[in-house]
Amino acid sequence: MSSIATQLQHRTGRAVLDALAHVGRFAGLVMEMIRGLPEWRIWLPRTMQEAYSIGVGSLFIVILISSFAGAVTALQAGYQFTGNIPIYVVGSLVTESIVLELGPVLCGLILAGRIGARYAAELGTMRVTEQIDALESLGRAPSSHLLIPRVLGCLLMIPILVIFANVMGVLAGWAAAKSALPISDQDFIYGARVFWRPFDAYYSIIKGFFFAGAIGLISCYMGYTTQQGAAGVGRSTTGAVVTASVIILLLDTLLAKLLLH
Amino acid sequence: MIEIKNLAKRFGATVILDDVNLTVREGDTLALLGPSGTGKSVLLKHIIGLLRPDSGEVIVDDQHVELLSRKDLSTLRRSIGYVFQNGALFDSMDVFENIRLGLTDQKEFRNLEYAKERIAECLRLVNLPEDTQRKMPAELSGGMRKRVGIARAIAGRPKYVLYDEPTSGLDPVNSDIIDALIMRLDTELNVTGVMVTHDVRGAFRTADRIALLTGGKIIAEGTPEEFRASDNPEVRAFLERDFELASS
Ligand SMILES: Nc1ncnc2c1ncn2[C@@H]1O[C@H](COP(=O)(O)OP(=O)(O)O)[C@@H](O)[C@H]1O
Ligand SMILES: [Mg+2]
Repeated sequence: MSSIATQLQHRTGRAVLDALAHVGRFAGLVMEMIRGLPEWRIWLPRTMQEAYSIGVGSLFIVILISSFAGAVTALQAGYQFTGNIPIYVVGSLVTESIVLELGPVLCGLILAGRIGARYAAELGTMRVTEQIDALESLGRAPSSHLLIPRVLGCLLMIPILVIFANVMGVLAGWAAAKSALPISDQDFIYGARVFWRPFDAYYSIIKGFFFAGAIGLISCYMGYTTQQGAAGVGRSTTGAVVTASVIILLLDTLLAKLLLH
Repeated sequence: MIEIKNLAKRFGATVILDDVNLTVREGDTLALLGPSGTGKSVLLKHIIGLLRPDSGEVIVDDQHVELLSRKDLSTLRRSIGYVFQNGALFDSMDVFENIRLGLTDQKEFRNLEYAKERIAECLRLVNLPEDTQRKMPAELSGGMRKRVGIARAIAGRPKYVLYDEPTSGLDPVNSDIIDALIMRLDTELNVTGVMVTHDVRGAFRTADRIALLTGGKIIAEGTPEEFRASDNPEVRAFLERDFELASS
């Protein structure tokens, strides 16, 4: 009995220490990136490359996912909103669900999988094959060569992808609503505008920024601190995707609480 | 000059380096011998500050490597070339870009004309054909990767070069070419070098001094002649085993 209790204490203690060590190393990495910022001549062109490759690589999947989300939202809204609720509410529902929640969150989650996994695997492989050591041995800073471009690339491009997701989601919802429900364009537009506040768009983009930061920072951290060979790269990659996804959902809740109430 | 004083390093509970003392004089090339897994690579990484000692001092060019600020350390590193045991080429870049990153002077790095010339020259020095430039590291054999690693390390004309098994995995012809290159850098450009190697024959030919690392300590150090004449049983055991290997 008591041995189980001690073991439990032991485990909890170990887990807390591990978590603190992670926080410490993470803070160290962020400091290192801040110190690398003056080397803009190195990170600026690489940031542009990263942003470009994120944009080109993910635009299609983001549009696809958000279009489905918009269409399904419209169809379900049509199914539920029968009776004496005015049909234009479908327009409000689609727009608000996409812009406030589905656009940024689905975008964030899908990009946590795509970009988070790629960055963690790339940096993890570079770590275990000593490429990061090699960069340092040449007197070059991994922060300005590898980390800042990835994080800034995310911050630059993911909010833009969120805007695309929003637009496509609403358009797909509109098309789906028209195909399945007796709703006119005027109804849909009226519905979309009646509850609309300009802040909704800002809120969506702010979410995009936070999710981008989470994806970029977490995947860089996981990849950069990889240990022990191919298995370590695997651990970092899944760790990056899972952690970034959970953090995105936490941020989603937190931002809703802070900004919408 | 490279001075290592009372260096100790452990990973977890395993002591790798116990009490290492070693001096490499300006312009000398020292061959570091020792069975695999004794910490030769770990020792080299301390010299360039990739690993920090648990205790002891590492002094390069009169600077305490373990105490340098981020900026001073990267300045010092620009005067040190490091040849990694497995090449450690940047696999997302072609050979040209890999070697170009070895141009540690930012002006030289940005000057494309100079870079082209210097990269072609470095490839010639390690006996790789011109058309290697546009190949990706994954397209190269292990020996070619290693030679690109050497080209990258020397591209910035470093004052110090640390070679981690520069000739292991190379065929005899290219082994000799790399040995000759190390000697040339040593004699013509007065590079100070530390060369980790298993090739005892090559070590005796190229190095000014030889040191043997076992059990976390340098147990013998001297000129090749002194080394050959040593009656230290561990030195004898090491040399005899490796000479047998080399001659078989
Ligand atoms: N970063 C590290 N973490 C843990 N152990 C390490 C690390 N680097 C090296 N080691 C261990 O140190 C020992 C010496 O390694 P190394 O210096 O590579 O040997 P060698 O003399 O063959 O070059 C090995 O047992 C290796 O497992
Ligand atoms: Mg080694």
